[in-house]
Amino acid sequence: MSGADGVFTRSFRVITALVLIVWLVLPLIPLGIWSFAKGWFFPDLLPRVWTLDAWEYALSDTAGVMDSLGLTIYISVCATALSILVGVPAGRALGMYRFRGKAAVELAILAPTIVPGIAVALGIHSVFIWLGLANTVNGVILVHLIPTIPYMTLVMAGVFANHDPAFEQQARSLGATPLKTFWYVTLPAILPGIVVGGLFAFLVSWSQYILTLLIGGGRVVTLPLLLFNFATSGRNDIAGAIGMIYILPGVIILCLTARHLSGRSSAVGGYGRL
Amino acid sequence: MTHVSLQDLTKVYPGAASPALDRLSLEIASGDLVAILGPSGCGKTTAMKMVAGLLSPSAGNILFDGRSVLKDKPNERGSVMVFQNHLLFPYMTVAANVGFGLKMRGVDPVQIAQRVDRMLEQVRLPGLGGRKPSELSGGQQQRVALARALIVQPKVLLLDEPLSNLDAHLRLEMRDLIRTLQQEMSITTIFVTHDQEEAVILADKVALILDGEMRQYDKADMFYRRPADGAVARFFGGRNFIPGTSDGASFEGPFGSVKLPPDAMAGRGELTFRPENVVLGGCGPNQLACLVAQKTFLGTQTRLILNTGGTSIEMTGNPAQFDGVRVGDHITISLPPDTLWMLTA
Repeated sequence: MSGADGVFTRSFRVITALVLIVWLVLPLIPLGIWSFAKGWFFPDLLPRVWTLDAWEYALSDTAGVMDSLGLTIYISVCATALSILVGVPAGRALGMYRFRGKAAVELAILAPTIVPGIAVALGIHSVFIWLGLANTVNGVILVHLIPTIPYMTLVMAGVFANHDPAFEQQARSLGATPLKTFWYVTLPAILPGIVVGGLFAFLVSWSQYILTLLIGGGRVVTLPLLLFNFATSGRNDIAGAIGMIYILPGVIILCLTARHLSGRSSAVGGYGRL
Repeated sequence: MTHVSLQDLTKVYPGAASPALDRLSLEIASGDLVAILGPSGCGKTTAMKMVAGLLSPSAGNILFDGRSVLKDKPNERGSVMVFQNHLLFPYMTVAANVGFGLKMRGVDPVQIAQRVDRMLEQVRLPGLGGRKPSELSGGQQQRVALARALIVQPKVLLLDEPLSNLDAHLRLEMRDLIRTLQQEMSITTIFVTHDQEEAVILADKVALILDGEMRQYDKADMFYRRPADGAVARFFGGRNFIPGTSDGASFEGPFGSVKLPPDAMAGRGELTFRPENVVLGGCGPNQLACLVAQKTFLGTQTRLILNTGGTSIEMTGNPAQFDGVRVGDHITISLPPDTLWMLTA
């Protein structure tokens, strides 16, 4: 009975994995082909002429792709770091403590994932103009926190819900200061959660378009904005090349953190799972 | 060597109707091992956490050698608490766990390594320093937790139910180990337990808490011989409670008059005595004629339920001495005055 179940579950898993891979990878194939094509028209299955022109242009100084890549990395790294700074304590409060108005705080944190970003951004835009943050990189970093902090906080709340504070009490009793307790006892337990949450935050910031466009006012040109410019101007080959560059960090991060993403990792468990 | 005194220690959790711990006062002599005994949920662990500095009391004071430690943070107090479920840090090796307290105190790593090795030998776990806590058995984990606390030579060692997660033979081993090390290092130790046997065997003195209130603080044998009230006697397995009156010298009850010990109280109340202190046969004072109503073999003991003067008495003893006794027999028993105690209402 259980054997048959096992076979069924396993084949179901394999099929799901295949569907997912096809779904995720298939759309990228034409993108890759476009970046090496010199014209690619119906009904040709593959381009007639192959060329590196698009890549040469994308990697050249004139296109500004490299500048844009650096800027996008800078913005996403800053937004991720700030989300961690806010999300870890916020997640601890939500996951471990009961307090008055907890439901309201939870809703406030979740709100940006429910309310359309453009509505929020329009309101913030006028505030940012007043604060002098509109059209600046710092302004863009700050506005990216709207969608990144909820992800970070929710992941950390899950981690802390399984975290046993008695370990911290034990460390304190053994002579550790609060800072050392965090460093030696709490941090190792929640690190997988920070990695996973940080990964989400980075990718959410990395793929922001509307918020960057509105708050950056076209002066802060991140990779998605650049990509969109080429895609709408019909340069599918250059858009393809930039697109390939654009997905690279996501793939790299995913490979580096894959072990933390598996269900068996303690990312969702903290000490509770061990 | 630290003298600990708890003065009217009280904890009321916000929103709770009654205090979790109500005015606990205890004087614990330097180097003594004191058990705080009580059923689960009586506020024992709350008391421990307050001594450790992990909870702040609602009222009262805690003094180490006459100095209030209420303002000292847990890491500055010099008391170390060992939790019930050992709480070994899972990401560290056994050696790193044991050496944790020394590392926090900035001790030189070479010296830490030497002291950890010596400490592991003392808890009879030599050479296991390189393992992860998850690779140890429950008993070994508990010993590592003890080693981790003892290595910093705390002023006060706090043990929260140190034996409750262990099976029978490990309990004995751990109990002896705690006693040996505590005496060797002469560390003032408080431990909480719900098991009266554990408290009696391990502790110099026992504080019994019932319903959030301390009922008696005494040497262990006094809980059997001179219980403070009926609830204390019942908690310690008392079975015989005979209503009647005392004039200080003798007790007048349903089975007539019996002689009391010289320190007995006068007034209305209950006469109590331990089943194991009832003597079979007529010698000495306080003899009673009884009918055997029930006889139960309990393994190492045999228990008799006896009827006399319209009340029943329970006695236990070595099975061999009851070989000739059958249900329905008339026997004579005696109650040595020293083993009797009067509980006045």
